[in-house]
Amino acid sequence: MKVSKKVLGAAIGALLAGTVSAYADTIKVGIIGPFSGPFALQGKNFQAGVEAYMALNGKSVKGHDIEVIYRDLPTANPAQSRALAQELVVKDKVQYLGGVYFTPDAMAITPLLKQANVPLVIFNAATSAIMTQSPLVVRTSFTTAQTTSPLGKIAVDRGVKKVISAVSDYGPGVDAEAAFKKAFESAGGQVVEAIRMPLNTNDFSPIMQRIRDSGAEAVFAFLPSGPTTLGFVKAYNETGLKQAGIKFFAPGDLTQESDLPALGDGALGLLTTFHYAVSHDSPENKKFVEAATKAIGGADQLSFPSVGAYDGMHVIYKMIEATDGKQDAQKAVDAVKGLSWTSPRGPVSIDAETRHITENIYLREVAKGADGKTYNKEIQTFPNQKDPGLATQ
Amino acid sequence: MQTILSIAIDAFAYGMALFIICIGLSLTMGLMRVVNLAHGAFAMIAGYIASYAARDLGLGYAVAIFLAIIGTVIISIPLERLLYRRIYGSPELTQVLMTIGITFCIIGITNYFFGPTLKTIPLPGSLSQPVDVGIRTIAGHRLFVMACGLVVAGGLWYLIEKTDFGIKLRATVDNAAMADALGVRTQVIYAISFAIAIGLAALGGVVGAEFLPIEPYYALRYMVTFLVVVSVGGAGSIPGAVVACLLLGAIDTTGRYLMPEFGNFFFYAAVVAIVCVFPRGFFGRAQ
Repeated sequence: MKVSKKVLGAAIGALLAGTVSAYADTIKVGIIGPFSGPFALQGKNFQAGVEAYMALNGKSVKGHDIEVIYRDLPTANPAQSRALAQELVVKDKVQYLGGVYFTPDAMAITPLLKQANVPLVIFNAATSAIMTQSPLVVRTSFTTAQTTSPLGKIAVDRGVKKVISAVSDYGPGVDAEAAFKKAFESAGGQVVEAIRMPLNTNDFSPIMQRIRDSGAEAVFAFLPSGPTTLGFVKAYNETGLKQAGIKFFAPGDLTQESDLPALGDGALGLLTTFHYAVSHDSPENKKFVEAATKAIGGADQLSFPSVGAYDGMHVIYKMIEATDGKQDAQKAVDAVKGLSWTSPRGPVSIDAETRHITENIYLREVAKGADGKTYNKEIQTFPNQKDPGLATQ
Repeated sequence: MQTILSIAIDAFAYGMALFIICIGLSLTMGLMRVVNLAHGAFAMIAGYIASYAARDLGLGYAVAIFLAIIGTVIISIPLERLLYRRIYGSPELTQVLMTIGITFCIIGITNYFFGPTLKTIPLPGSLSQPVDVGIRTIAGHRLFVMACGLVVAGGLWYLIEKTDFGIKLRATVDNAAMADALGVRTQVIYAISFAIAIGLAALGGVVGAEFLPIEPYYALRYMVTFLVVVSVGGAGSIPGAVVACLLLGAIDTTGRYLMPEFGNFFFYAAVVAIVCVFPRGFFGRAQ
């Protein structure tokens, strides 16, 4: 017994020593996202993006192996987000943090970064202010203001002078309302009324009635993707607003690809602006969609968070390359400032000043493909859009 | 005036959808004395089945409703025999814990089989068209939901008040031992009423899917709403459930039209006020 214990000890010792020398070169990346619960599909998209990137670009950079550790944060919970980030840094010794679906969760992590000497690459959380919280944050997704602003000009170009806005009553909804109002009014339009709808609204008929009563020529809507979106679009069709010629404008969260089958033909003709459509026509996107579909297990589940994660991994790879595996957060972040590359969504770059992604925003119309399924068809491009929310600060 | 009328139509449709789903819960709570928090989960199962039948198998709407009700009732039978039968007459806490556990299990299993995305049940052309009712256009399925609600209310009232089965049910509820001694097969009565309650949940889940969309957390998301309707109306009372659904639907809909930014404030304020004045709900029986 004693002998075996000794042997065991020696074995473990050797193993540990072996680990240190052989795996000294393993760089760990911690990814926080909603992998279970109501937002699990978005988390799955994070994972699909990461796995697609690693499948296409290899699992090592300059001889440093890369290991990804996923941590589940089912719903927005800043305290838990912070605890998970802390655990990843202290216990798992990750050199890079990535992911984060909700803004409050990202906000809760930012104070840790400097002390931990770890950069955070945000794959989704879309409120402008996150970038001002820490110089060690880089974002590869989008902001609500960024995707919404081009709509102001589009609406005016299409002969709409009076718009009523209807947004969900929470941070991003209020952001969307403000961004649209600013862009639309500077293009010469007028927002006649602004409705804020509670997040848990199920029956939108009264809202539609109010939209009709307001006398606006179009409605600007923002709701988080999910069941509410469906109810809203349905109510828009069924209460006769569509027939009455009231136009519909929204950022792309409303017609994300994974919701389109549920929306069905009712979504046809809806105009949205967004940074990525799964249908984007480019060789890079083709490769990406193929790899990501394989990772997620079904084409109809693929949606925009996957591309944020894919490009987030690209940024992390570049950071590892620049620091040659050493842990130096500031150097890593500095290395990707101004970095530009061709993403599946089109040409993008990291703005050197704000560390937020500069990208094309596309106007899309929901159309029917040859296979009878609806998709977001890109019909107009607004190149090199920065985040207007950050530009004004 | 036109606005008021059009709000009234919306309120009535929403109220009727709530009624179809909640009346089953009201029956289990009032007549069988089981706090069945898994009620919404059965409505959700039905929604998933109907969506699968209509969207993936391409069957018609009526067939989908039928399959959903039958399927849900079949799924509920072993649950009733193995799980619910143990908690008849148990303390409420035991019932709550057991049924909330069942809810979580059902959520997990349905998501495993049907996936985590939103499910819709395609409507037939005749129901998906907007219909002009004079003062405004209204979605066809809303008229259908209103009709369903009225039929369910009338049918249940007749079943419980006028038929043999109703008499036995009421007897069993009031004194199970005595009813048993008189030759009423109480276990069978319980099983049948449970099946009826679940069947109604299923019907409500499917026809109400346009108001309360079928999605992975349906059972939890609307649990409070369903319980509120039952407590305001008075458990076990059909007229109570009708009144509660119409009133709460009206308050919710009006609040959402006039002051959407107040959210559910008016809804819950009304609930608090009603429960203060009528602790057993509008038509609740004294115990």
